[in-house]
Amino acid sequence: MVNFKVNGVEQHLDIEPDMPLLWALRDELGMTGTKFGCGIAACGACTVHVNGRAVRSCVTPVSEVEGQEITTIEGLASAAAEGNAPVPGLAAVQQAWIDHQVPQCGYCQSGMIMAVSSLLASNPNPSDAEIDRGITNICRCGSYPRVRKAIRALATA
Amino acid sequence: MKKISRRRFILSTALVGGGVLIGYAATRPSRHRRANQELAVDGAHYVTSFLKIEPNNEVTVYVPHAEMGQGVHTSLSMMAADELDADWELVNIEQAPAIDLFANGDVIKGFASELGVPSFLDGLVAVSAFKVAEIMNLQITGGSTSVRYTGEFAMRTAGAAARQMLIDCAATRWGVAADTCSTQLSHVHHNASGRSLSYGELAAAAALLEPPDSPRLKDRSQFNIMGKAISRNDIPAKVDGSAKYGIDAHSEDMLYAAIRFAPVFGTKLVSVDATEALRQRGVQRIVELEDSVAVVADNYWRAKQALKLVHAEFAASDHDTVSSADIFARFDRALAEDKGSKVLELGDTEAAFAEADDVIEAGYRVPYLAHATMEPMNCTVHIHGDSADLWTSTQDALGIKGRVASVAGLDEDAVTFHHCYLGGGFGRRLPFNWNVIDHATLIAMEFDVPVKTVLSREDDMQQDYYRPAVASNFKAAFDAQGKVLAWHNRFTGPIQTPGASEIPYAIANQSIRVVDGDTHIPIASWRSVDHSQHTFFTESFIDEVAHRSGKNPYQFRMELLQAHPRHLRVLEVAAEAAGYGQNLAEGHALGIAVQESFGSIVAEIVEVSLDGDYRPIVHKVTCAIDCGWAVNPDTVEAQVESGIIFGLTAALYGEITIENGRVAQHNFPDYEMVRLATTPEIDVHIVESGESLGGMGEPATPPIAAAVTNALYILTGQRVRELPIKNHDFSRATPVAQI
Repeated sequence: MVNFKVNGVEQHLDIEPDMPLLWALRDELGMTGTKFGCGIAACGACTVHVNGRAVRSCVTPVSEVEGQEITTIEGLASAAAEGNAPVPGLAAVQQAWIDHQVPQCGYCQSGMIMAVSSLLASNPNPSDAEIDRGITNICRCGSYPRVRKAIRALATA
Repeated sequence: MKKISRRRFILSTALVGGGVLIGYAATRPSRHRRANQELAVDGAHYVTSFLKIEPNNEVTVYVPHAEMGQGVHTSLSMMAADELDADWELVNIEQAPAIDLFANGDVIKGFASELGVPSFLDGLVAVSAFKVAEIMNLQITGGSTSVRYTGEFAMRTAGAAARQMLIDCAATRWGVAADTCSTQLSHVHHNASGRSLSYGELAAAAALLEPPDSPRLKDRSQFNIMGKAISRNDIPAKVDGSAKYGIDAHSEDMLYAAIRFAPVFGTKLVSVDATEALRQRGVQRIVELEDSVAVVADNYWRAKQALKLVHAEFAASDHDTVSSADIFARFDRALAEDKGSKVLELGDTEAAFAEADDVIEAGYRVPYLAHATMEPMNCTVHIHGDSADLWTSTQDALGIKGRVASVAGLDEDAVTFHHCYLGGGFGRRLPFNWNVIDHATLIAMEFDVPVKTVLSREDDMQQDYYRPAVASNFKAAFDAQGKVLAWHNRFTGPIQTPGASEIPYAIANQSIRVVDGDTHIPIASWRSVDHSQHTFFTESFIDEVAHRSGKNPYQFRMELLQAHPRHLRVLEVAAEAAGYGQNLAEGHALGIAVQESFGSIVAEIVEVSLDGDYRPIVHKVTCAIDCGWAVNPDTVEAQVESGIIFGLTAALYGEITIENGRVAQHNFPDYEMVRLATTPEIDVHIVESGESLGGMGEPATPPIAAAVTNALYILTGQRVRELPIKNHDFSRATPVAQI
């Protein structure tokens, strides 16, 4: 049995300890907001929070998150609203994404938003260089100029 | 206002409950039973757009195109709603169902004239676009066609017809002349008497009217919705994880398939030993297909893990030793030996070269490219008895549905397609790129539960239909004063976009011919199709010609583009915005390129420098685009940013190479992408010429590669004639004096 919390809900799954968290979320729990992009932590589409810190779930075995608190894109807004999430105030990132019309196809944006919210939680006013280093997710549609604009707006907000 | 005559193309029908449905249709007999029932009118029609007005005054616009981030659901709805004078707050947007009722004639015309159609359809195009639609079963999203064909011809006409019918109803009810009535925010007003009625109140009566002969479309000055930066309706679902892509189809009883393909294209599966794989947890079955073997399990990861334990043998093939070097050597032979087929002959090129004072020559090459959509290719099929359900991200819902039906041996009407957002398309999800669709269907036929087939990133990259590799050789002739006399170009085909190799420059003698470039590598459209290769070639070689002429590359272009005022204008706007000709930072250079594609003209000026390791840094791209006018300026800007970054990735890093008959790249580490840190500042200027609408999904992609390499030439004296740029060493570079 593997036990962890997803968006505040206890989960007890009879799955292999080496199953990546991504596939536990998607195929076992049916939570499809977290995306499969590369399977080797190269693109960031699968980014979720473990205890508030961004991790790439496609290479994170469930054994590593035993007893941990996981937040996915589906739980981001409510975690922020309740104020009891490990990283509060995250819904602001989602609103900024709408205000700046960031997504195009949108497939990478769950991971992008999770990565940005984690960055801003640890560094509320990142420099451009820190943004470059912190956000390495791939967006094939090229939403990057708007990602940067939205981060800057959040940083100065 | 312009009048258009489309009587037989507009239809209307009453809705149960008192609303009205108004559509733009083409009267071809439909063989689709359900379509006829749903429309409840005599005969049958292809409806490319329709909108519904309900008693509660809500308007619903049905959009027949797929949303893949280009904002087409919003843009097309804006076009219908503006002509209707609807209150945008009361407009709902829905994806039209995948039935051939919506097959899109105007899109097909767009494809036929610009992209070409598969050769077996050649003769039919001129006869009837709708015949082509019937055969190809198209409900396609591609070729940058949605707004300028479906939007301009169908959406606006349907909206304008509906508005006129509502006015007529109100005028009759009030006993006043229709031309004394006006419309605003989903209401008809009679200003003289101060009366007004909502569209919802008029809808039931409007349904009884004959649609107008020739609805009047608005002048641009009358637009209330078009031309505004309106927020896209698909974005909220894309920030909270609720947007459903094909890969997100899910059910409790779902099974998952992982596939191993024959690594060399076109080879067959010979034998399989899956003993060990079958013992693994969750594994249901091994499915052997002609060119592949699949493991089906109750979780995708389990299927992938078990697949590693499968021993599969594939047949040997003539292509087993083919490499990229072999392919380019074959291209070089064809270019040297074959006469090829005529693309364009102007003047007397042979004579011009014979009397030339000087000649320059250059050979260019670009590699194969993968689409690498962020959402890996996938398809979910549930076959139950003699019917099926289908979920996949596609640019061609009808085509996919028909394909699944034919592979599974089902009636097309028995396949229900569930629309999904696309996690990127770029041409990969167009018709004829069937590999995952066929496999998913054949696998699902073995089960009576939904089976989701997902390609790993590695398979997505290695089993693509690629942007073709092309070699293109040039010669230019000059007189004693350095004036260019002739342009000579020979390149390898096939041609997917007629005209992409032609240049707008006033050069009196031109000879352009294409030789056979077919290989065993499967190919397809890739964002901007042939323009992606040929704009790099022609805009680079014209830059060589400019330098040889002793002219500044900007001035040279301006002089030779006098017959093309729209080109001149975008170049001027981009040059002024980029500060062209003014002082640049030390060690920086500007490169320039301009190209017309899909009805839009784009100039890009790029500022480049080298870092401490002599690697190029692209600082800024200034882009001026004339797409006629902008339906949604924010979407236009987003597509320009997107097109530039897509093209920049290809220019800097993009390279699929062939080794031993197969693709050598695996995943993003060896097929690198521009990321946030390497994204330049992008400054977009929309030039509204008021000409016909141009496409937006693709035209920003073609110029970027040449703009960057033209800047690198000034910076380093090195002419990049082969992409990607990452393969070039700029450490012994000498800057070229600015002219």
